[in-house]
Amino acid sequence: MIAYYSSLAMVTSVVLYLLAVAIFGAEWAAARSARPVRELVAVGSGFEPSAEPEPVESARASRSEMLGRAALGVTVIALGTHLAGVVLRGIAAGRAPWGNMYEFITTSLAFVAIAFVVLAMRFGMRWLGLPVTLLLVIGQGLAVTVFYVDVSELMPALHSVWFVIHIIAAAIAGAAFNVGAIAAGLYLVKSRAVERGRVSGSLSRLPDVDTLDRISFRFHAFAFPLWTFTIAAGAIWAQYAWGSFWNWDPKETWSLVTWIIYAAYLHARTTVGWKGQRAAWLALVGVFSFWFNFVGINLLTTGLHAYGGL
Amino acid sequence: MTAVARELVSWGRFFWSTLTSMRTALILLFILGVAAIPGSLLPQRPTNPSGVSTWLASNPGWAWIDRLGAFDVFGTAWFAAIYLLLFVSLIGCILPRTAQFAKALRAQPSPAPGRLGRLEGFTTVPATDVAAQLDAAEAHLRGRRYRVRRDESAISAERGYLREAGNLVFHICLVTTLIGLAWGSLFSFKGTAIVVEGQAFSNTISQYDEFGSGAAFNTSWLSPFTVRLDDFRVRFETGPTQTGAAREFDASVTVTTPDGSSRPARLEVNAPLQIGGDSVHLLGHGYAPVVTVRDGQGNVAFSGPVVFVPLDANFRSDGVIKAPDARPERLAFEGVFLPTADTSRIGMVSIFPDALNPRLLVNAWAGAPKQETGIPENVYSLDKTGLTQLMNGDQPVTEDLAVGSSLVLPDGKGSITLDGWKRWTKLQISDTPGGWLVLVSVMLAVLGMAVSLSVRPRRLFVRLVGVVPSDDDADGTDGERGDTVGGEPVSGQRLEFAGLDRVEGRGGLADEVAALVAAVAPGREDT
Repeated sequence: MIAYYSSLAMVTSVVLYLLAVAIFGAEWAAARSARPVRELVAVGSGFEPSAEPEPVESARASRSEMLGRAALGVTVIALGTHLAGVVLRGIAAGRAPWGNMYEFITTSLAFVAIAFVVLAMRFGMRWLGLPVTLLLVIGQGLAVTVFYVDVSELMPALHSVWFVIHIIAAAIAGAAFNVGAIAAGLYLVKSRAVERGRVSGSLSRLPDVDTLDRISFRFHAFAFPLWTFTIAAGAIWAQYAWGSFWNWDPKETWSLVTWIIYAAYLHARTTVGWKGQRAAWLALVGVFSFWFNFVGINLLTTGLHAYGGL
Repeated sequence: MTAVARELVSWGRFFWSTLTSMRTALILLFILGVAAIPGSLLPQRPTNPSGVSTWLASNPGWAWIDRLGAFDVFGTAWFAAIYLLLFVSLIGCILPRTAQFAKALRAQPSPAPGRLGRLEGFTTVPATDVAAQLDAAEAHLRGRRYRVRRDESAISAERGYLREAGNLVFHICLVTTLIGLAWGSLFSFKGTAIVVEGQAFSNTISQYDEFGSGAAFNTSWLSPFTVRLDDFRVRFETGPTQTGAAREFDASVTVTTPDGSSRPARLEVNAPLQIGGDSVHLLGHGYAPVVTVRDGQGNVAFSGPVVFVPLDANFRSDGVIKAPDARPERLAFEGVFLPTADTSRIGMVSIFPDALNPRLLVNAWAGAPKQETGIPENVYSLDKTGLTQLMNGDQPVTEDLAVGSSLVLPDGKGSITLDGWKRWTKLQISDTPGGWLVLVSVMLAVLGMAVSLSVRPRRLFVRLVGVVPSDDDADGTDGERGDTVGGEPVSGQRLEFAGLDRVEGRGGLADEVAALVAAVAPGREDT
């Protein structure tokens, strides 16, 4: 029964996220048709609340603002149902709700949504809205349709305190990598527009390119040590469960590949000739590798990380 | 020095500086990542040997990639070459940077630049009492844990040395991690053994079913302990979801240590047993039907559990029962054990992994007694040379044995009885020395990385400018802030303040300069 309400809450969150995507899309469309706003040079403002309301250029601009607020409101409600779904699932299963791919996806996307809502409300980063809610719709949608499995007990290999440590670190690191990749993607789009000298309405609502780059870096700088810790915690757990730190299991190998890509990203940012766009591409390659490791490996290969119906 | 030697040295220098450059390290890192990918997508011999044979059988045109080591990527020389080059490059980068850092720690911060006007947070304040104001600035900066360099008419302060320290710790720990792993792989061993309930495993090389060890390991180092499996319990999912999935494994064992003392212990998944330096892990389990074979003379030719190998998730298992001592003819049986046989269906199917309706299906073979050769035989397969299958007319003799029932062989050749069944467990015994080094290194590396990615170095400057000491006090310049540099000329001596972030991506520099100004000239920041 609780499991039923959990699924209901999850499905509701998908519908609400979809609604949020539509409204965020309308916000961007309204901004596009508004007159381009002059590039705001606000160095270091990436994480500070945008205290100054942007000058109202036209009725369309204020409509865009209104749509943005509405979309954020819908996202908050969606997050509420999403969290209810995760918590109820945990109660139904009588354990931490991340024993299979369905549970892991819904939990880590909840971290993404929480991060976004906090960033939007406290740090004026609502501009992340469209790509983030798009990610949430696709992820949650796939989770409830393709990856859904009924509540069940864990297999014996997962009975470990490292289960909680390893997975929660992976989920938070994954959330930060995804937000960082979104910022990197927006940076690429905007810096290309700047190069061509055409920063149109919707793009002009984004922070300037340096800020985008910096925000992307901060998420990666937060996620990378956590990801390293995830791998290390997994290795310690492997020592307990299988008697060796590292087994070159496909999932282990790909988490190392992902780690290497992000290490390259961090180094690239301080290397002449790689700064900026090339580094941003590396961040996108990194997040692709993360998702491949997360979903693709379970579908393509069989390894030690195959648990409970995906 | 000859010209050739000079040339060689110059090439060597070029090679070394290229190898240790960040660009090369990045490329090597990239190659390492790409090189690891085939190892994750192709089956690998060390972990999945049967997968390799299957793959090769279904892709016959691709056998040549075996010679490149595609099925043991992580053990090939070329994979090792990549990461060893990377680590040499890393060491070549760390050593000079550590030396530089050690020097910077002993040295004072570099002097303040001559002109501060173009730096962030630029502010000027009239100099009223230069010495006292500079003292106040220095005290303020030291209070905020800056390293301060005080010159005659300037202060240069720097903070954030932990960034480079963390960075170096991280990279040094990567090297020590590799050293720990190398040490582990040289001196480690790992082996597995199958132990039936009621039987014991002694830690000597002959008792292992599989055994592998590092190049420097000597099998005489195995510590002579014994693990006796008293009881093994397993619980399977009986609910509608994932029916039959294992839910709990739990083994009760008695450990006898080399000094002769015995103690009971529990062995579970995720909870290995530590005996001295060795770990004992529970890796798998299965069934061993307990049978009694009587020969044609009515004597017991064999009695006890026989390990059967599970074939599917519901533990349909097969195995061979051999009674070479049976007379007048030796006997052998091929068997299939079904823990939960579905008697409503034809065929050899088990429908649940627990032993709810255990059945043993056997056929029978007989032949003239064989000379004991002492050559070890495979216990899981039957060498049928010299044996003939027993027939009933033109039908092979087979029987579906429940616990307690027997098959009596035709022509008085003997009988086989299923007495019951036991579980067996697959134990892994291993020791990986150097594990603590790997563990400590990795944890320090994570810590160092977190520090170096979160600490952002910052420099703050104070400089006294204006050559002519002036009589009039601050009134003339009241309210003049640095933002108006180039505006109204400021007379008399004044103090300039500014800051510089050595790493991009940190806010709050202007605030920190303002706090410094406030400490030197209280009240100024309000005007």
